[in-house]
Amino acid sequence: MDLVIRNLRASVAGKPILRGIDLEIRAGSVAALMGPNGSGKSTLANVLMGHPAYAVESGSATLGGVDVLGLPPHERALLGLFLAFQYPVEIPGVTVAKFLKRAVEAREEASARAAGREYGGMDVSAYLRELRAAMDFMGVDRSFINRALNEGFSGGEKKRMEVLQMLMLKPRLALMDETDSGLDIDALKVVAAGANRLRGPDFGALVITHYNRILEHLKPDVVHVMYKGRIVVSGGPELVERLEGEGYDWVREEAAAAPAEIEALAAEASA
Amino acid sequence: MSAPVPAGPVAAVPAAGKPSSVPAAAAAGPVAASSVPIDAPASADPGVGEYQFGFSYPDKSVFRTRKGLDEEVVRAISELKEEPDWMLANRLRALAAFGKKPMPAWGADLSDIDFDEIVYYARPQDRPKGSWDELPEEIRETYRRIGVPEAERKFLAGVGAQYDSEIVYHSIRADLEKKGVIFCSPEVAVKEHPDLVRKYFGTVIPHNDNKFAALNTAVWSGGSFVYVPKGVKVDIPLQAYFRINSESFGQFERTLIIADEGSFVHYIEGCTAPVYATDSLHSAVVEIIALPGSRVRYSTIQNWSSDVYNLVTKRAVAYAGATMEWVDGNIGSKRTMKYPAVFLMGEGAHGEVLSIAFAGKGQEQDTGAKIIHAASNTSSTVTSKSISKDGGVASYRGMVKVGEGLRGIRSRVVCDALIVDPRSTSNTWPTMEVLSDDVAMEHEARVSKIGDEQLFYLQSRGLGEAEASAMIVNGFLDPLVKQLPMEYAVELNRLIELEMEGSVG
Ligand SMILES: Nc1ncnc2c1ncn2[C@@H]1O[C@H](COP(=O)(O)OP(=O)(O)O)[C@@H](O)[C@H]1O
Ligand SMILES: [Mg+2]
Repeated sequence: MDLVIRNLRASVAGKPILRGIDLEIRAGSVAALMGPNGSGKSTLANVLMGHPAYAVESGSATLGGVDVLGLPPHERALLGLFLAFQYPVEIPGVTVAKFLKRAVEAREEASARAAGREYGGMDVSAYLRELRAAMDFMGVDRSFINRALNEGFSGGEKKRMEVLQMLMLKPRLALMDETDSGLDIDALKVVAAGANRLRGPDFGALVITHYNRILEHLKPDVVHVMYKGRIVVSGGPELVERLEGEGYDWVREEAAAAPAEIEALAAEASA
Repeated sequence: MSAPVPAGPVAAVPAAGKPSSVPAAAAAGPVAASSVPIDAPASADPGVGEYQFGFSYPDKSVFRTRKGLDEEVVRAISELKEEPDWMLANRLRALAAFGKKPMPAWGADLSDIDFDEIVYYARPQDRPKGSWDELPEEIRETYRRIGVPEAERKFLAGVGAQYDSEIVYHSIRADLEKKGVIFCSPEVAVKEHPDLVRKYFGTVIPHNDNKFAALNTAVWSGGSFVYVPKGVKVDIPLQAYFRINSESFGQFERTLIIADEGSFVHYIEGCTAPVYATDSLHSAVVEIIALPGSRVRYSTIQNWSSDVYNLVTKRAVAYAGATMEWVDGNIGSKRTMKYPAVFLMGEGAHGEVLSIAFAGKGQEQDTGAKIIHAASNTSSTVTSKSISKDGGVASYRGMVKVGEGLRGIRSRVVCDALIVDPRSTSNTWPTMEVLSDDVAMEHEARVSKIGDEQLFYLQSRGLGEAEASAMIVNGFLDPLVKQLPMEYAVELNRLIELEMEGSVG
């Protein structure tokens, strides 16, 4: 399913953050999103998923032609959108197994409904088999099945758990927000392998990252750079190398070299 | 005792369930009975339509006292139970205390209670039965719908079922009876085990302890009497199930549990009521004596309908080396005031209170715990979890007291409150009174709100808002629920889900 974002503007606590995002992610393709801290990358991910703290001011975002911005978050999820959180929250007392079972069931039911099929209910033993296999694949100890979701997990365990959920929910478009940050080499490989496992014509991803390491595994089709709430540069994988070598200064300069845009920014800020 | 006494102060009413006006003669009597058929379906009140035990059957009580309370009513109850004089004297003494005691000046708002509008006694049938099949159909059907016979078959060692004022059904596993375990109604105990009753009744909670304990002592009817002999461990729970069927009714059961040295028993109490437009009063007294080395666990999942005032006094004494555990779940009722207490009377005694409260729309749960350390080397733990939602008020009110000159006292109190929406309230009122030095005391209180981030996380995985917040609430309660027997954990989770359903978002 294509994700098509047009002139998306959004604010948080009255402060404009996204200042007109235009972005397309074609079904089956992987896009990388880079940019300095505070550019608005997480904001974009949250806005697309429907976080209540962010207000959409204008613009549109459609997934497979459906306007997602008007839907409550769970309906976006049921359409096939997934957000791997930069900072997954802890949910005390809710076990991984219980939570994921409901999430998978809800997704299966919605898929059946969308396909005009009757949902016959969940095959629980198949679910458990799949969950165990996914845990093994992600290097998550099986004892985590009965742990409370993210509670007391290390940073790396939380990130693996995000990708584990992604494997189980089989989204059509995944937003991965710095899933690679803070991971050692092994964890990074596992996380990348998880995303690659889903790759295919029905899976697209927006991978937010600061590092080339993960992109070497994921091989994005396109790289976008966000700065102050806009996509300022887009290009192929060679962009990543330049950013790693030179940092973001040239991006800032490039953005600054566009006076019309600066003026627009200033006007917005004072508005 | 096969038929109600038609003469005297108590007027009998035909057991027929058809709508009948009160016979003039009976109405004129000092204690006139009335039999108003009541058949309000649960859906009559849309505000509480989710309450699944809100059904009722026509009132077919074989008789009941008139509304209001005075000496005649008390004498009528005692006479009907063919009680010995000492119990009547005890009732009358308590009635006097009830008249003198003020209403509690703190806690939940009780100003709506009109003691003159309450029926204090209603007898559903002539005598308790030992098999469900012998019960009148409506009563049998009531318990079937609540699931009591099924629970009995699956995981209980004994069952007592009370319908309005009287125990209508009683059973105990034969092997336990052979070992000398007694599980019967307190009325039977007064007749068959008077020495035990006289020795312990009213010793833990005196007749004038508080206004509602005094009221219970004056008009008590039904409840349970449990005696577990020395060294006997009752491996699976005993349960009593309390059902109010009548409208504007007061249920005053009385429970006395004596665990002799080195014994163990787990007693479970469940309760429901139909939904009516007028308020009912449930005011129980539970006294527990845990003799040296014994362990008693008392679990309640209170699921009264939203028109019941639930004002209960529960207290245990634990002697040397004994352990007393209260597991107290308060889900239903309009107002609850209940603070299970443990008096630690001998060295090595341990007291524990696990309290779960859910205050939804129009509800006030004022609950907590009271622990008195009266001996050295005693320990206590209080864990309270409360949830308030839709404008509900959940309050923890606790007291830990350590007497003078004691050593080696340990106490830990943890209160966690979860507030589901901004309209709802949580309060914590802990009190500590420590008169010794060698005391290790911890108190933690946390109030949290369901976080937007937690809700959003679950929603982003495809769960609707109501389900997501129910999941968070269940997760919050999970550490406590785990300590319940499995069947009750499932039941509690289901109740919470019902409470959460449809009212969020
Ligand atoms: N929930 C929020 N409340 C207030 N400010 C926020 C919130 N989320 C993001 N911001 C602000 O929006 C800007 C962009 O943040 P973010 O989207 O997290 O950037 P990035 O992910 O690119 O580092 C920052 O100035 C940040 O402080
Ligand atoms: Mg970010």
